Amino acid sequence: MFHAFAWFADRTTYGVLGLDASTRTADAVHFFVDDVTKIFFLLVTVIFVMGLFRSALSPERVRSFLEGRSRWAAYVMAVTLGAVTPFCSCSSVPLFIGFVEAGIPVGATMAFLIASPMINEVAVTLLLTLLGWKLTLLYVATGLAVGVAGGALVDALGLERWVEEYVWKIRVGAAPGGARRLSPRQRAAFAWGEVSDIVGRIWMYVLLGVGLGAVLHGYVPEDFFARWAGSSNPFAVPLAVVAGVPMYANATGIIPVAEALLGKGVPVGTVLALMMSVVALSLPEMIILRKVLKVRMLGFFAAYLAVAFVTVGYLFNVFWV
Amino acid sequence: MKQIKVLGSGCRSCELTAKLLEDEARALGVDVAVDKVTDMGEIMSYGVLETPGVVVDGHVVHAGGVPRHQAVRDWLLGP
Repeated sequence: MFHAFAWFADRTTYGVLGLDASTRTADAVHFFVDDVTKIFFLLVTVIFVMGLFRSALSPERVRSFLEGRSRWAAYVMAVTLGAVTPFCSCSSVPLFIGFVEAGIPVGATMAFLIASPMINEVAVTLLLTLLGWKLTLLYVATGLAVGVAGGALVDALGLERWVEEYVWKIRVGAAPGGARRLSPRQRAAFAWGEVSDIVGRIWMYVLLGVGLGAVLHGYVPEDFFARWAGSSNPFAVPLAVVAGVPMYANATGIIPVAEALLGKGVPVGTVLALMMSVVALSLPEMIILRKVLKVRMLGFFAAYLAVAFVTVGYLFNVFWV
Repeated sequence: MKQIKVLGSGCRSCELTAKLLEDEARALGVDVAVDKVTDMGEIMSYGVLETPGVVVDGHVVHAGGVPRHQAVRDWLLGP
């Protein structure tokens, strides 16, 4: 199915631009054209289809799914729902208050907040097309596991005490409206709205990510990363996690970079650790969550994610050959 | 005069929503007062889980994301 994009990239790079196939520039341009056309085609298709489903799934419904569940069921459902519902990080605070107020354990709420940015349909499509189904499964499974374990840990340690006191005093009003009843036409309109919203928000990241990937792919010598970030360097994994914190991108931007790094021989675990750190550990998100969480809780949150990603990195570097 | 509240913690989408409402009201010649609500307690009292939210004359008409032009026009011209 993706031959069409490679064919188009061949025609553009060697035909229209007349680049010599053996040059680094040709390599980089081919990578860029191939990935950009493929990614945008898939993004539009997948976001539209998911938009049709999502026209029926609101955060109010997520909340009512989670209300009154046993703890473990709540963690698992929280990460799963987090994976299928995207939300703007500016909604983190009302979501947090709304969930906690409904009696959902703080841990399950944190699990939702951890999983949601890491796993979404855009990330999964990109992973599938650029990195293959095995790595996709790995990424999704570890993302869910990190979410569930994080949530369980928050509750086991009784970290509700690190939630700002005023949160417990807020009274949430009744949810507005009822279930959304939409005609097929309205659903399609909603889905197209999602496409223009999401693509409008992430196209820069995609171009930057693919551009960076193309530069890495075309210009960085084959053994550069193997020497610095290869399996022989035991500090490569923690360094990858630390490097990921200031890089705030969504999953869309980092996946083409991951593709190029893997192509250069960087081990899978190191690449996974970098990807997760870029996507989940971000300063802007922390600043937003500061409104509901005490500094100690944010410190715990960041430390937990860092340790979890480093562990994931080492595990895959050891067991995935 | 319509009383419109934009619920949100001051994120970019909230600013855009407030601006869209004001611009659209001016273009249509509708008299409105757009008020940005950033207090979490007040935001939550409307029961919205996603911001920005829009409240027109006390009724929540929208939650989550910048509203579409057509929707904004409907609120402004509606009863």
